Amino acid sequence: MATYLIRRLLIAIPSLLGISLILFTVLALAPGDPFSEMATNPNVPPEVREAIRASFGLNDPILVRYLRWLSAMVQGDWGFSFASRINVDTLILQRLPTTLFVVGSSQILALCVALPVGIYAATRPYSVFDQIANTLAFVGFSLPTFFTGLLFILIFSVSLDWFPFVYRSDIAATGWRWYWEMFRQAIMPITVLGLFQAASYTRYVRSSVLDVIRLDYVTTARAKGLSERKVTLRHITRNALIPVVTLVALQMPAVFGGALVTEQIFRVPGIGSLLIDAILANDTPVIMAVTFVFACLVVLFNLIADVLYGWLDPRISFS
Amino acid sequence: MKDTEIRGLIADVKEGSLSRRSFIKRMAAVGIAAPIASQILVWNDVAMANATLPYKPTKAGGAGPLKILLWQAPTLLNPHFASGTKDQIASRIFYEPLAGWDKEGNLIPCLAAEVPTKANGGLSADGTTVTWKLKPGVKWHDGKPFTADDVVFTWQYAKDPATAAYTTGSYKDIKVEKVDDLTVKVVFTQPTPFWADPFVATVGQILPKHRFADYVGAKSREAPDNLKPIGTGPYKFTDFKPGDILTGERFADYHIKNQPAFDSIEVKGGGDAVSAARAVLQTGEYDYAWNLQVEEEVLKRMETGGRGKTSAVASGDIEFIILNTTDPNTEVDGERSSVKTKHPTLSDPAVRKAINLLIDRDSIQKFIYGRGGTATASFVNEPKQFKSTKLKYEFSIDKANKILDEAGWKKGSDGVREKDGKKLKYVYQTSINAPRQKTQAIIKQACQKAGIELELKSVTASVFFSSDVANPDTYTKLYCDMEMYTTTQPQPDPERFLNQFTSWEIASKENKWLGRNVSRYSDPEADKAYKAAQGELDPAKRAALLIKVNEIFCEANVILPLLSRTRVAAAANNLMHDHSGWDVDSWNIAAWYRT
Amino acid sequence: MAGSTLASPSVDPVVAAPASAPVSPGRETWRRFRRHKLAMISTFVLAFLVLGVVIGPWLWPIPINDIDFSAQLHGPSWEHPLGTDDLGQDILARMMYGGRISLAVGLAAMIVATIVGVIIGAFAGMSRKYADPALMWVTDLFLSLPQLPLLLLVIYLFREQLKALFGVEGGVFVLIVVVIGGLRWMPVARLVRAQFLSLREKEFVEAARAQGATKLRQMVAHILPNALGPVIVAATIEVSAAIIAESTLSFLGLGFPPDIPTWGRLLFDAKDHLDSAPHWALFPGASIFLTVLSINFIGDGLRDALDPRRVI
Repeated sequence: MATYLIRRLLIAIPSLLGISLILFTVLALAPGDPFSEMATNPNVPPEVREAIRASFGLNDPILVRYLRWLSAMVQGDWGFSFASRINVDTLILQRLPTTLFVVGSSQILALCVALPVGIYAATRPYSVFDQIANTLAFVGFSLPTFFTGLLFILIFSVSLDWFPFVYRSDIAATGWRWYWEMFRQAIMPITVLGLFQAASYTRYVRSSVLDVIRLDYVTTARAKGLSERKVTLRHITRNALIPVVTLVALQMPAVFGGALVTEQIFRVPGIGSLLIDAILANDTPVIMAVTFVFACLVVLFNLIADVLYGWLDPRISFS
Repeated sequence: MKDTEIRGLIADVKEGSLSRRSFIKRMAAVGIAAPIASQILVWNDVAMANATLPYKPTKAGGAGPLKILLWQAPTLLNPHFASGTKDQIASRIFYEPLAGWDKEGNLIPCLAAEVPTKANGGLSADGTTVTWKLKPGVKWHDGKPFTADDVVFTWQYAKDPATAAYTTGSYKDIKVEKVDDLTVKVVFTQPTPFWADPFVATVGQILPKHRFADYVGAKSREAPDNLKPIGTGPYKFTDFKPGDILTGERFADYHIKNQPAFDSIEVKGGGDAVSAARAVLQTGEYDYAWNLQVEEEVLKRMETGGRGKTSAVASGDIEFIILNTTDPNTEVDGERSSVKTKHPTLSDPAVRKAINLLIDRDSIQKFIYGRGGTATASFVNEPKQFKSTKLKYEFSIDKANKILDEAGWKKGSDGVREKDGKKLKYVYQTSINAPRQKTQAIIKQACQKAGIELELKSVTASVFFSSDVANPDTYTKLYCDMEMYTTTQPQPDPERFLNQFTSWEIASKENKWLGRNVSRYSDPEADKAYKAAQGELDPAKRAALLIKVNEIFCEANVILPLLSRTRVAAAANNLMHDHSGWDVDSWNIAAWYRT
Repeated sequence: MAGSTLASPSVDPVVAAPASAPVSPGRETWRRFRRHKLAMISTFVLAFLVLGVVIGPWLWPIPINDIDFSAQLHGPSWEHPLGTDDLGQDILARMMYGGRISLAVGLAAMIVATIVGVIIGAFAGMSRKYADPALMWVTDLFLSLPQLPLLLLVIYLFREQLKALFGVEGGVFVLIVVVIGGLRWMPVARLVRAQFLSLREKEFVEAARAQGATKLRQMVAHILPNALGPVIVAATIEVSAAIIAESTLSFLGLGFPPDIPTWGRLLFDAKDHLDSAPHWALFPGASIFLTVLSINFIGDGLRDALDPRRVI
């Protein structure tokens, strides 16, 4: 196992290098440039626009810019934001706690809803509970988050006046009040995101439990006289978890990357909104840093998922 | 009017029983010009500024926090690097210029003791120098005094091309001299009728020499103050998270003793305009939201909530359509829409005239922009003395059909008009923005009824407004038949704004499409009038020349103005605020208060 | 997991095919499918939706872009059965016209994403040598690519060429299907690969291998049918995701021209009027929901019909 892990980690280095080169090329070739607002401003003469472009090294060939970026990155310098004139790592670190909290909580919420509901629904297929759970799940992923988010705001902020809908990263309160305020402002984004995610998880859980539940070994387990609870948890769920692990591993990088639409609606200062602002302002160093960290997490969680498959089903071997 | 009477009135102004404006009006009635009347008040220690917002509170502080919501978040706080309005608004809370513009287009002194005039010796007769008297006793947030050295330094800082300041255009061709500690002289290389640009409003915010002296030129980006400003403004910097939130607290030593009224300020960014309006008008989470490009229908409904109100002020921004008279489908010397080509159908003035008649400006205003714009046929609308009175608009499908019939454009079997095998089919391009797409739909429908077929195209704003040489979809490339966007007029003077109607500014491959004349149309008469206006010191003659430039382009139906845009803001019911279409929303933020 | 230890080999569909087959497998599947009530109802609902958007615009007299400022935001009435939007345009006409595109994009993108995902996932899951790391590298790469700049790049590089090749709407359609399908196959690939890793070690596959089944036959005939559960779920989610993604694309200028009212776009335009004109959002939302729902039940029915272990 240890040699397998070391080998995979070693392979990850060249593969990440390859990914970073492609990312950089895509960003460099993508249309738009960081100084677009300047272009409509009659106060800025063309030669100054050119000077600014040159001072940020935008006129060099792509490969030169990539190598410059790479050597800086290796030395721990993540680059310098065009838009904020600040180091990129500072910018990301400012956003990271909020993102981890909001998106992480929503993922936990999604799993807490999807696992019990999905398993229970699958053990009683086509029962009333199953039908209701299914219908809600379909509603859940037929409606995009921009829509449910707005619906929540109209109901809970405008009509009922229960929660604020502008998320503030600095709450001017201490002690339990701080937790209360934090809860009030975080509940809507977490719920919107969590339920959207839970809708699709529920479907996957239900489907894979259904696949397993009719197999002969489950019947055998029941015949041995094991309690229904034990059969469901030990025999069925463990074997049904492979697709769920795959999906969670796919979603984990997003806990870092943030959730774009939800962050915009509730003004959550997360990495997702940093990325979209950077993209709209064509702030390449920020886009590159965020996507590269994201890529590292994608590769890492793919590896973790592979290890987990081996644990869930010991017959899976990676020789 | 006797001395004693004037003194009595001044006392009334001080007590607040008479507004500054009525004082100035009364003075004008007895033949004392407004600038002089305003200086009478200065000499008598009445707080400057606030021509448009009478300031009621008697002492500074005590009104709690002021919460502002910008739906685009500020990303940096150095006004000379501010790439967008959002950054300028944020930095103006901490830094101040010598003077700013109020909503009526009047110059209001801020760090200057008075506005330079010919009468007070501030302006030379030949129009080449401006002498600014600075306000005494002004302190930076760290306690150091503000002097002429800071003003001269700001010029040195911004003019250095290596600094790469966005404001450099206002400083690179001038000279600034220190006369004494509280006087500076700006010297222009040629007579400059519009002198109120350097050190004024958004481009004019003064930086402290003692904080920035080591960061001129290439090192400018390393200055710690780029993100932690120390200025002269009404609020002191507390904390800033780029793209998210900015906080400040009241500056106790502010140079207007009874200002500001609020104890702290918070500027939150992000989200979209509709939900920003909602947070002020419906839930009351914030006191003020800026630049509400929200459909009238939606805005009206939110206002019924009763928690806030919206206000609109005039600006020089204009939403307009360009009809391309060059050919966007033929490539000559590596560029399309080259001035060497002629558009197969739009070069016919009759077609252009017909299209102008097919724009239902009144409906576009009434149903889409509402208070956000006023239908117009003139490219320049503000300040009023520069607006053409001759230009009129009309919406008539019948007249358009008649003009096209007369010009020989006959409807084909598909309902599209044609002549000599050339069809009236156009690509109509704009940036992605809900009101613009609705405007496109309205115009498309009217054109259809007159036998003109439009293909609508929308380009994402970050690409459309970029200066990317390789991209065919930027607005300066004009690789389409019709194009619509808003162009901003940064000052209450249209001279620099109108350079987009001159032949030497035509965007082409040669100038990497950075030229300001996107329409590519030119007229020697317009060039001549523009050049004459640049050196004309008589305001009336100058205005006439600039109006002529405007009329030549509008009458040729190359430029079809749609709406003169206003700036719409929302504020809590109890907030007294003052925003201006000629300056950033926070230009007079020291004078905001709560009732 | 699907295909876990089977008690008796006779249950395995392929290893021991029934000795006598009175009807062909196709007809047998159809017979079983018809027994699945929800699947049959769903087939009719989907057929109704498809017919509605295909024939509807021919029958309904009001054009989609007929602006009428006197009828802004009217609720459902006889004249406008689904109400009007903020320019007074008829929502029924717009829904039917835009539905063609939404349905076509949703289904086509789902098919592209599923097929690409299944093929890549299957090959990666079967490989015991270099194909797996290589294909997973490609998957990781696609997962990491920032979509927005990539989309802008794609428009910029290919729009004009495709427009010349397929015409305005055709070119955009091909582009959108390729883009949505091409950017959304990765979860399917990962799911299929994970299933394959587990299934390829099972006894029935070993048995097939022992009987000399080629690798391709093992994949297609033995493992794939047992790995379909998550694929069907992914495919139904894909349909709604594609319909909504299409509207996001048109905001980037990549989608259809702004005057074409696809369902996703209608939903987006309606959101700011949700409190005063809920009908505007309700109908497109319900249509997307019905489409997803019926596709899912059809998928369920197909799986049950194809699974010989189930007695129907």
